[in-house]
Amino acid sequence: MNITRSTFLRAGLAAAATLATGAPLLAQGKKLVFATEGAFPPFNMTKPDGTLYGFEMDMLAEIAKRAGFEYELIAQAWDGMIQGLIDGKYDAVIDSVTITAKRLEVVDFSLPYTTGGSTFAVMKESGIALPGTGTSINLDDAAATDAAIAQIAAVLEGKTVGVHVSTIQADFLDKYLAPRGITIRTYPNGPDVYQDLSNGRLDAAMASATNIAAFLEKNAETATATGPAFSGGVMGKGAAIVVQKGKGELADKLSAALQSMSDDGTLAALSNQWFGINVTPKL
Amino acid sequence: MGDIGLLGFGPDGWGLVLFRAGLMTLAVSVAAFLCGLVLGTLVAWARVGGNRVMRALAEAYTVVLRGVPDILVIYLFYFGGRQVVAAIGTALGFAGPFDISGFVAGMLAIGLISGASQSEVLRGAYQAVPRGTIEAGRVVGMGRFTLFRRVIAPQAMVTALPAMGNQWQSVIKESALVSVTGLVETMRQVSVAAGTTQEHFLFYAAGAVIYLIITTLSDQVFRLAERRSLRGHQGAGY
Amino acid sequence: MDLTFISGMFQKILTGLPLTLNLWLLSLAGGACLALTLNLMRQNRIGNAIAATYVFVFRGTPLLIQIFMIYYGLAGFGFIRQSFLWPFLRDPYWCGLLALILNDAAYSSEILRGGLRAVPKGAVEAGRVSGMGRATILRRITLPIATRQALPAYSNEVISMLKATALVSTITLMDMTGIARAAISETWRAVEILLCAAVIYLVISMLVTRASAWLEQRLSPWQFGRTTP
Repeated sequence: MNITRSTFLRAGLAAAATLATGAPLLAQGKKLVFATEGAFPPFNMTKPDGTLYGFEMDMLAEIAKRAGFEYELIAQAWDGMIQGLIDGKYDAVIDSVTITAKRLEVVDFSLPYTTGGSTFAVMKESGIALPGTGTSINLDDAAATDAAIAQIAAVLEGKTVGVHVSTIQADFLDKYLAPRGITIRTYPNGPDVYQDLSNGRLDAAMASATNIAAFLEKNAETATATGPAFSGGVMGKGAAIVVQKGKGELADKLSAALQSMSDDGTLAALSNQWFGINVTPKL
Repeated sequence: MGDIGLLGFGPDGWGLVLFRAGLMTLAVSVAAFLCGLVLGTLVAWARVGGNRVMRALAEAYTVVLRGVPDILVIYLFYFGGRQVVAAIGTALGFAGPFDISGFVAGMLAIGLISGASQSEVLRGAYQAVPRGTIEAGRVVGMGRFTLFRRVIAPQAMVTALPAMGNQWQSVIKESALVSVTGLVETMRQVSVAAGTTQEHFLFYAAGAVIYLIITTLSDQVFRLAERRSLRGHQGAGY
Repeated sequence: MDLTFISGMFQKILTGLPLTLNLWLLSLAGGACLALTLNLMRQNRIGNAIAATYVFVFRGTPLLIQIFMIYYGLAGFGFIRQSFLWPFLRDPYWCGLLALILNDAAYSSEILRGGLRAVPKGAVEAGRVSGMGRATILRRITLPIATRQALPAYSNEVISMLKATALVSTITLMDMTGIARAAISETWRAVEILLCAAVIYLVISMLVTRASAWLEQRLSPWQFGRTTP
């Protein structure tokens, strides 16, 4: 037998074709695939056996029941998660993703299910305290924002603030604090921010108030939340489920279920169960 | 620090998932290595026996893949690969949509990286085969395939095996970078476990041990193969 | 192709070039010193066992896990945070550099060991006969010959280390890859950005390949004693 180059080429092409079509995406009528990080307590977390659990997992189970679809959850690193959705690797992302104008250019969202703003966490022994703790600032209010930022920047001068990469908090820090000479350090994984806050590499961390609350639950003796809660502007309009652009039908289905859960108090009850407070908006 | 029970196989232990992740590392490494072997053979062939265009293409491939950081190649594959697969699929007349799993993406990305270095090893091994033996094979009327199977391959393997062993070790270590494609292999699993339990040292150390076990055991396999390939050689000493 | 975007991206990524070069050259220098030390240790039994274990561990595990171990793992120990090492280990730069040095040393020491084995016994004996001390023999005979022998393998290692520096972006350092990754999460134009970064790395590694080929040529035995190259 003579092996020629073209035999090889043909075999290679055939193999490539099998690989490419071997895992056809979401054949009609199959389960919907939702991606999450599994490392963003208490929204989504991973048990040692790989099971995903948390506020969003309970909420999604209820949404699926009401909207009448079957689904599958997969864990995915945040780095590249939106890109994976755009490329059609899964149908939706449920990972406390906030609705922002920039993201709306490339993806669509359901109705939001949390509203809580974003704030800072510091270690108690650092002695850092930001002004305005307990108040909330809407970034659409320029005067109030400028005043609050000036005060915060004065305290954080020469310090390092850590944040999860490509989040609304990272956008906020880039826009408001980086120009004032404060060092911003971005982390590919959310939990690593708290790790470096705890061991003293960071002077402060910024995240959503709910995420910080989950961190403080375990570290109440050593760490504390500080500074005002920021919302609006680059902080977007609350977290929602993300779907591919042009998949409005799926978003509508999810939104309708969220609406009914909000109406009969199920959403608030779930929030109380996981956060201890109601962080969901009145839909 | 560190509760060693976290590494156990009980309900609260991460032992079982780590074991599974170790198997996944092994599986994706084997697949990627074989993928690289096929690619490396084709490229070595193009460089040795191809025409001008194929030689240039093969050379460009090795230069590029050996000069660009692995993590960028994997990212490129992850972000851009799907578009390429979709384009090829459509061109071949298959109906979309197309997707490649994390396993396939990781396998192809590392296979592509490894193929470049494997082709160098194979080319060197082929060039070390004495010309006379090939000519002798031709004279007795062997076809190209028989010549490859009976004369070139056995001799080239002896030269190539130790270096191929090193290539395999690199593949295992490169597989740690594919976590970005969503594949739950050892690196990704220990990161998740470390983040969840806040026991970073314990879990990274456990991960290091898993890699050491895989590299050590497979090293033994390669040594065995090396010994076998040396059978019948003068002065092999076995 | 959006040329303004691409040229802007090149400029942006190039701002990370100094950090990439810094980590690359310093890790090679540090790794070479440590590699030499490891080889000198191999002269007695205990030293040999330590060096062999070191090489086994650092060559048998992925660099990424070594980086995380040093950056996140060590920081988990209270006594390390209290120690004099903390001002260094607190900074991701020193953690990244340390991981790269330790990793490079393991590979370089094996390359150097191969080179040392290729030094002809006769050359060392000739040195001894002409009255050289051990240090002089090492400096004037063993190391120059071993270095020349190890050069092709070492030039591969030099390129590997350039590529390895890209991994420090995982511990928040803004080298060229770190800047590229941040830019991707800002604009989601991943392919263009990654290609820009890849081209820069490729150009540097091609320059290294050229330089090492030239050096190998210059240092080849048949070139010795020639007045004009």
